[in-house]
Amino acid sequence: MGKGKTRDHLGRPVVAVTGMGVVTSLGQGIDDNWSALTSGKSGIHRITRFPVDHLRTTIAGTVDFLFDEVPRSAVLTEKLAELAAEEAIARARIGTPGDFPGMLFMAVPPVELDWSVKRELYEGGDTTTADPYDRMIDSAMTLNSADAYEYALYACVAEKTADRFGTRGAPISLSTACASGATAIQLGVEAIRRGDTDAALCIGTDGSVQAESLIRFSLLSALSTNNEDPATASRPFSKNRDGFVMAEGAGALVLEDYDAAVARGAEILAVIRGVGEQADDFHRTRSKPDGSPVIGAMRQALGDAGIGLDEINYINAHGTSTPENDKMEALSLEAVFGEHVKSIPISSNKSMIGHTLTAAGAIEAVFSIQTIRSGVIPPTINQDVADPSVTLDVVPNVAREAPVSMVLSNSFGFGGQNACLVIAASPA
Amino acid sequence: MSDNSGGNSARDVWVTGIGLISSLGEGLDAHWQALALDEPRVGSVDTEHFAPFPVLPMVPLQLDKQIPRKADQRQMEPWQRLGTYAAGLALADAGLAGDLDRLAHMDMIVAAGGGERDVVVDGQILAGLGGAENPDAFLNERLANDLRPTLFLAQLSNLLAGNISIVHKVTGSSRTFMGEELAGISAVEIAARRIRAGGQGEQFLVGAAYNAERKDMLLSLALGNTLWQGAVNSVWERANAGGGMVTGSLGVFLVLESRESAEARGKSGYARLGPVLSGRSRREPGQATAVARGQIDALRPELGDKPVGLLSGATGVAAATLEERSLLEALVAEGTVGPIRATQSLLGNSLEAAFPAQVALAALALSRKGFYRPADPTGLELEATDVPTQILATSWGFWRGEGMALLEAID
Repeated sequence: MGKGKTRDHLGRPVVAVTGMGVVTSLGQGIDDNWSALTSGKSGIHRITRFPVDHLRTTIAGTVDFLFDEVPRSAVLTEKLAELAAEEAIARARIGTPGDFPGMLFMAVPPVELDWSVKRELYEGGDTTTADPYDRMIDSAMTLNSADAYEYALYACVAEKTADRFGTRGAPISLSTACASGATAIQLGVEAIRRGDTDAALCIGTDGSVQAESLIRFSLLSALSTNNEDPATASRPFSKNRDGFVMAEGAGALVLEDYDAAVARGAEILAVIRGVGEQADDFHRTRSKPDGSPVIGAMRQALGDAGIGLDEINYINAHGTSTPENDKMEALSLEAVFGEHVKSIPISSNKSMIGHTLTAAGAIEAVFSIQTIRSGVIPPTINQDVADPSVTLDVVPNVAREAPVSMVLSNSFGFGGQNACLVIAASPA
Repeated sequence: MSDNSGGNSARDVWVTGIGLISSLGEGLDAHWQALALDEPRVGSVDTEHFAPFPVLPMVPLQLDKQIPRKADQRQMEPWQRLGTYAAGLALADAGLAGDLDRLAHMDMIVAAGGGERDVVVDGQILAGLGGAENPDAFLNERLANDLRPTLFLAQLSNLLAGNISIVHKVTGSSRTFMGEELAGISAVEIAARRIRAGGQGEQFLVGAAYNAERKDMLLSLALGNTLWQGAVNSVWERANAGGGMVTGSLGVFLVLESRESAEARGKSGYARLGPVLSGRSRREPGQATAVARGQIDALRPELGDKPVGLLSGATGVAAATLEERSLLEALVAEGTVGPIRATQSLLGNSLEAAFPAQVALAALALSRKGFYRPADPTGLELEATDVPTQILATSWGFWRGEGMALLEAID
């Protein structure tokens, strides 16, 4: 257990946020992102990274301003994480460069060899080898490239990030699909509560918009096909929503034992008051029709935070803009909060930055904290046709000034992943 | 990082269920028979389909026994079937299968790599790309037409956990750690820490699965020239002859439970899981040894007077295996470590599943009051003479990650 005295309602050490950083298609850094978000600007655009012939969806929120050449997915994923973490660590003023005094919990997308690499291996192989994989394997062993090898390994991005920032202990690479960013924060919170570490660097990062990843989501009919006007394609909670928009980015938080942070004179940006999680056993991509796992995850987070329903004054929605997610999320919120839900502003950052997949939970935690600190709620844009079945106050189209001290941030993912965070201005 | 496992307490971590399937057999009896009783030998080896690399395929399973619905089986790729099957065995073994109240609160940590690719589709596309007028457009068109939507789900790392939730109704928290042996080490470590802490879970399902019969993984491993070619022999022999690992299919899940929780439901355990330590280094010469030495030193206060038996996770990759061997020889010489067994000589490397399997085998040996037979013509593995009361389970990943756990007999 931590050495200090500040405890939450269950007698556990309190977990403070002392640093945060973000990169999205809207830009690099919190300031640029925040000014865009609060002015209702979309980062969604036509895809130029690869040709879009034969694709049903031709728009995305890719981050294109970091590399001149098209990077491999894992390389972009690592770079996004590096930039977000640098900003977070600088803000927290913790440790010294290359020596972060805490553990690393890192949400990264599953790794696969990019087609560019496969093509190179195949073309460099022996043309008389009949089996294409045998041909690539021959070529791989001749190539003997440490770089190609390491970036094919699942733990590579977190390993390189741990090397770069000098985090302590074994880095955790994790994947809980679109809840991953929130899971990284949960793991950090739990480690600090246990007293395993005084600090944790929690990152969600995703730079995996490639033709194949886009096609896979397309085949599941999960993506918006509103290609004509990219900025208006992501329409969470509206009646004419038709799917999510794939996007990239990274969010990073420095979590600390509250007393340790205060003792070193750190600025407390926010407190992670509660975490909740409940797996769904209904279907690989769909939620249980009664929403019970989502409801359970939210209730657990509120219970873990030890707060009443009326203390939440903003909800940062998962809000993907798919017909299924937004319906289930609205239904579940109504079940948890009852009539009161109509008086809680709720917005989806994804209306502007798209769905950053593995990174979403971390990026949205950063924006939730910025909402608390600025007293401005970013809007849910593209609300032209209201869905009569959604009775939520989605902060349509225009940002709103409002005091916010307690946020519920939702993240849900394929595979029955449901994770919720309660983020507050102060410990109690 | 230290893991204060404390003494004999309600927050002790017990291994109360084990599901283990591999190239040697299905279940604990089969593994005990193959590794402790019979003359040591590998199971069936496939030297043909993945040449030049030998792989150790899974023994045939009757999937229906643990995955009753064919529709569920069809939604999974082989690695997920192996994992879901092993998870079912572990839950049944712990007496928790079908116990919906407890399963609804059971927490899960799965260690996983990535999903399996459709190598036929990949191959057809690669063969066609060269002659295509516009290769990128050709790639898009073929992927859009040839990928199966369900395959995508099989490719998500967290879908083993998702399938376990669906098939076995484990629906507490669900975490998937990614990336080679270290993911398996961290999964066991964090589950143990959460149980010891109190308030972060009572019953955990922890494990992983690896399907060795896949060329997409062999390709990734071949990029690092990590694979052994030729007849399957012991990791120590391989390390002396250029080195290389043999991959083996394996599915393993552990039910880890607080002693308090186990006793409340009248369940004993195979073993007590003591400290679980994870570490990493960049693997420059001597670095992994330094990490492992630090782990041994951290465990010394917990070790008894007798030299402790050790299950080595050596992979056969030359540099790491030779370095580990030197360390083990020194630890034997100083009387800290007793008999050593390298399980991968017979099971192959199962990457994310390797460390949970080490923990399973250590717990099994403690519960059977015996040790495994040596399988090493190089002379490092010596006959065991005493009944073990403690066993060290270790893993040095093939490229990164060093882990160590101490398991102890319960009675």
